[in-house]
Amino acid sequence: MIRKITLSALTALGLVAGGAAYAAGAAGHVDDYDFSFEGPFGTFDQMQLQRGLQVYTEICSACHGLQYVPFRTLGDSGGPDLPDDQVRAYAEFYEVFDPVIDDFRPATPTDHFPKSGLENAPDLSLMAKARAGFHGPYGLGINQLFKGMGGAEYIASLLSSYNGSEREEAGVVLYGNDTYAGGYLAMGPPLWGDDVEYEDGTQATVEQQAQDVAAFLMWTAEPKQNARKEAGFIAVLFLTIFSVLLYLTNKRIWAPLKGKGTTPAE
Amino acid sequence: MAGIPHDHYEPKTGGEKWLHRRLPVVGLLYDTLMIPTPKNLNWMWIWGIVLTFCLALQIITGIVLAMHYTPHVDMAFASVEHIMRNVNGGYMLRYLHMNGASLFFIAVYAHIFRGLYYGSYKEPREVTWIIGILIFVLMMGTAFMGYVLPWGQMSFWGATVITGLFGAIPFVGDALLTWLQGGPAVDNATLNRFFSLHYLLPFLIVGLVVVHIWAFHTTGNNNPTGVEVRRTSKEDAAKDTVPFWPYYVIKDLFALAVILAVFFAIVGFMPNYLGHPDNYIEANPLATPAHIVPEWYFLPFYAILRAFTGDVWVVIAANFLTGGIIDAKFFGVIAMFGAIVVMALAPWLDTSSVRSGKYRPMFKWWFWLLVVDFFFLMWLGAMPAEEPYATLSLIASAYWFAYFLVILPLLGVIEKPLPQPETIEADFEAHKAAKNGGAGAAEATPAE
Repeated sequence: MIRKITLSALTALGLVAGGAAYAAGAAGHVDDYDFSFEGPFGTFDQMQLQRGLQVYTEICSACHGLQYVPFRTLGDSGGPDLPDDQVRAYAEFYEVFDPVIDDFRPATPTDHFPKSGLENAPDLSLMAKARAGFHGPYGLGINQLFKGMGGAEYIASLLSSYNGSEREEAGVVLYGNDTYAGGYLAMGPPLWGDDVEYEDGTQATVEQQAQDVAAFLMWTAEPKQNARKEAGFIAVLFLTIFSVLLYLTNKRIWAPLKGKGTTPAE
Repeated sequence: MAGIPHDHYEPKTGGEKWLHRRLPVVGLLYDTLMIPTPKNLNWMWIWGIVLTFCLALQIITGIVLAMHYTPHVDMAFASVEHIMRNVNGGYMLRYLHMNGASLFFIAVYAHIFRGLYYGSYKEPREVTWIIGILIFVLMMGTAFMGYVLPWGQMSFWGATVITGLFGAIPFVGDALLTWLQGGPAVDNATLNRFFSLHYLLPFLIVGLVVVHIWAFHTTGNNNPTGVEVRRTSKEDAAKDTVPFWPYYVIKDLFALAVILAVFFAIVGFMPNYLGHPDNYIEANPLATPAHIVPEWYFLPFYAILRAFTGDVWVVIAANFLTGGIIDAKFFGVIAMFGAIVVMALAPWLDTSSVRSGKYRPMFKWWFWLLVVDFFFLMWLGAMPAEEPYATLSLIASAYWFAYFLVILPLLGVIEKPLPQPETIEADFEAHKAAKNGGAGAAEATPAE
């Protein structure tokens, strides 16, 4: 019986592992950063998300949009958790087009972040889920099982892996990057160190800023992560207890037939 | 055939008698729940309940998701994000639905290989088997169309590649492709019909599941020995069986709870593990992804599809013999669907008179090789179409067909099966004696 269970479990596991066999396009070197939101119990670090929001606002937002993210979610618990008046004040920084008045107006918390301003700059709302930093080995998906998908790690690595080389291709300057697949990308190095001044006094090194904005983008991609993990934990806990009770019930029901317990069949 | 003899429902109270004369629905439920079930079923017989659960889960979560989803190329991707961000519990519904599809396929593959090992497809269960394969095909269609709905990059390009397969059919291919896509390319019309069909097909599956259960409730369940329940009398049958309630209801629920604990760990802690990151990028007909890969559960068949390239001798031969009608692309399509058709034909391809693989010493090896082959094909399906994967895919595909078309027919002739137990009761008692270390252990037929 144990063998059969093991077999079933192995079958299932094999299928699961086989499933993650593929992952998005090959990438260069990706560092395995220690993010606070990793693992079954990891949660977003509110201060880090606020720092990341600052980096996004002061640097990334010049070209990149966050079109799926409503401003009001900046006040959600489990996210940057800004107070209401700050959310309102932050939204007013942005101008959005309102089809009702057929004109631009300052954004309100119910509006979304704007789309990318630059045509070839991708929207960043889901970037942390649209990239997988970890792969393999041998297409088996085992690294992703233990390290996670590595979307945030990919972003943080990309932002801090410019190697200083440049190449011109068809009149466009491409910048050398050890993380980017192919080695050169169109985006110039956005971080140089001390690009922003953190209010909490954190030293704004390239690495620090890169990790903060990567964490922030993980939140924009998966804003309900904390709630999801909590629900998952409760479900697993309940099902485990339920399994034990069902196991004991099952054992008791079958005991007479199997010649165990108080009323042997023979 | 009336099934295994057992006590049927007798209405007792006045109200029950009144209803029973007019609509015997309580009797139907009672007889279904109390159906005599072989008492030696092992843990591979739990997948049916897991599959039933998955079907219910997918339909319930799917109906609610459909309330918030917009099947339009300009809004589909955003509406999924709306579900993930704004709908109460929407992220959970979507992740349950997304990973529910994976659990569904894990269970169906385990269920199919259980059937293949214990000869569940053999006489008199051919109809159950064929209906099962039909359900599997409908599941693949439903899952494929469901994957298109979020309108991500893989949705779009997967739809383009797979609908494109129909374009490979000679003469009618182009017309058929246009008809399927509702236009010259995968576009809004395609998305709309896929949404409609993705909603419809699960209910056809429900219908087929009812027939599937009806069929095997008529023949009775197979069991690990493959020996039939005695139908000589109610008393004999009762010695080989136990009623489904409570014995298997509780056992199956226990198994389901354990499986769901793992399932919820994946949904809660790593919901995107089985998905493709590219599907979080909105569909863009102008940018082709570097590698177009289907969902994991299609990979074995995808590998078979790609295995038969123009330089393989069977393809060249087929091309020559049909005067060019069957080209490499069409051959691949035939091979992919053929891989499922040969499975459906297993009841007639397997010539052995012994049902269960337990008593077939040679069959066992070939069977486990088929299981390995299946996982190998799954892995190959995710690899790029280049050497050495192309050659390996060809070998692995060839084994898949050889197993059904050559090995199963031959084994029945050349294999010398082991003795089977007289009855299910004898097997059950022998197993019990061996486990409990009683006196009967010496003459026990090894049960595993």
